[in-house]
Amino acid sequence: MKSFKDTMTAVWHFYRDGFRNMTWGRPLVWLILLKVVILFAILRVFFFKPALAGLDDEQRSRVVGERLVAPTPATQENAASASDTYNL
Amino acid sequence: MDVIVWSRIQFAMTAAYHWLFVPLTLGLALVMAIMETIYVVKKDEFWKKTAQFWVKLFAINFAVGIATGIILEFEFGTNWSNYSWFVGDMFGAPLAIEGILAFFMEATFFAVMFFGWEKVSKRFHLASTWLTGIGASISAYWILVANGWMQNPVGTTFNPETVRSEMASAQAFWEVISNPVAVSKFFHAITSGWVTGGVFVVGISCWYLLKNRQRKFARASILIGSIVGIVGSFAVMLSGDASGVHAAEFQPMKLAAAEGLKDGGRRAAFTIVPGVRIPGMLSILATHDIDGYVPGINDILNGYTDNEGNEIPSVAEKMAMGRKALVALSLYRSTDDPSEKAEARYALEENVQYMGYGHLEKPEDVIPPVGIVFWAFRFMIGLGMLMLLELLVVGWLAWKDKLTGKRWLMIAALVCIPLVYICGQSGWIVAEVGRQPWTIQGLLPVNVAISSLSAGAVKTTFFLFLAIFTLFLVIEIRILIGAIKKGPETSNE
Repeated sequence: MKSFKDTMTAVWHFYRDGFRNMTWGRPLVWLILLKVVILFAILRVFFFKPALAGLDDEQRSRVVGERLVAPTPATQENAASASDTYNL
Repeated sequence: MDVIVWSRIQFAMTAAYHWLFVPLTLGLALVMAIMETIYVVKKDEFWKKTAQFWVKLFAINFAVGIATGIILEFEFGTNWSNYSWFVGDMFGAPLAIEGILAFFMEATFFAVMFFGWEKVSKRFHLASTWLTGIGASISAYWILVANGWMQNPVGTTFNPETVRSEMASAQAFWEVISNPVAVSKFFHAITSGWVTGGVFVVGISCWYLLKNRQRKFARASILIGSIVGIVGSFAVMLSGDASGVHAAEFQPMKLAAAEGLKDGGRRAAFTIVPGVRIPGMLSILATHDIDGYVPGINDILNGYTDNEGNEIPSVAEKMAMGRKALVALSLYRSTDDPSEKAEARYALEENVQYMGYGHLEKPEDVIPPVGIVFWAFRFMIGLGMLMLLELLVVGWLAWKDKLTGKRWLMIAALVCIPLVYICGQSGWIVAEVGRQPWTIQGLLPVNVAISSLSAGAVKTTFFLFLAIFTLFLVIEIRILIGAIKKGPETSNE
């Protein structure tokens, strides 16, 4: 029975030889690499910073909670009647 | 246009771009797996070379489509951060499972399929080809679980402490993954992929016939492609029927918009095109009962009694209950008094199912863009029927070996390739535009789900994406055309 190391070596050779012997597939690999670089090294870093980054979970709950209950003109108008109904 | 509109357009463009690659991946995976199975069973090299050609096109499509879905996750975090936090728990689990499955299953078996023709046994290679397609389908399931939850948010409870929808138990997780909307969406999406794959294979094969090249290969591919496409078409109809019933039950406004139905009723008519209607058909499609009640836009606005005898409140009443929920949430989060907190929590739980309505300014805000949804629905159904007709006719003539000389039919089969994409995109327009203004049905409208961003920032990334997507699409089409022109390695008979 093959050892774990032998299995891993065989898997490594399988991938290595596969990439080495590629013909028409080679440009596709470059295309994938180019895309990954554009996505993660450019778009993610410079254009798509998560809006709640840098906050801990409690702060995130507070920010989103404040937005959820932030009054719009319409909700402001109706808040009083809702408050009356529930005696809040 | 404001930041919400720009963010929605950007998300729509990214999702539509992603959906250019997914259906062909799902459909071609089945076609090539069937071809390779025939090769293994019949031990005929012709079928190996035939399968290898379609694997090549599959690989090109896969390579260009890979990671296009990641951009949607970037947008969740940046443009839709309130939404991302609100759904975090619910989205985290399915998307994590999807990511792990997609990476390990698709990447592993795709590599064996791609590199392993001469390196592993025939049966192991065949298993890898099947598992590549199965892995892609399972990945799609997890994505559609997340999407289905947005359309019908089951299995979760809103926690006012964390401001998140949370799954409290294993039972809740089961409810989420067995959500009927997710299940019907999954079958609808997968089988529509089979139609796309079938139409693609038939169209490309007809091009070879038009060029008088690879006739044996083309005929064999047409037979397999048309069978996959025809089976897919009928399965799409069945799953579409389930989707219609679910829309009537969980998103009646979407159905009313798709039908342009202002006032509903029993024995509601289905509109083929304006002025041409089939009496009673909409009731049958929506409720499986010709006497079933289907509410129209005005009924939903004003309140109605559904088929189970439940009184459905008017939108104005839902808005009032939603505002009570928001006031209760506000008090719950601001007070330290235990009795006030308990009372606020009770009030919140009583009204939470309508919480999103509390953000609306007027009842008419719940009406999606009716014209877009109405016509997208007709494009989807009309083009879907056209695809089935094309597959039946071309498949039958190929079976009888009578395609020779029917140039118009072969040209029509080629034209059907872009049409099948328009068909699929139309379906998503119905599903997603039809559920506006909600990101999560009844709980969170788009104007609250959005991050605090400037429209300019979103505009910049929108045009950046447009340029990048266009570039990659042009590259893909060029590589695909190059591979098709070169053709399979079967003999040119």
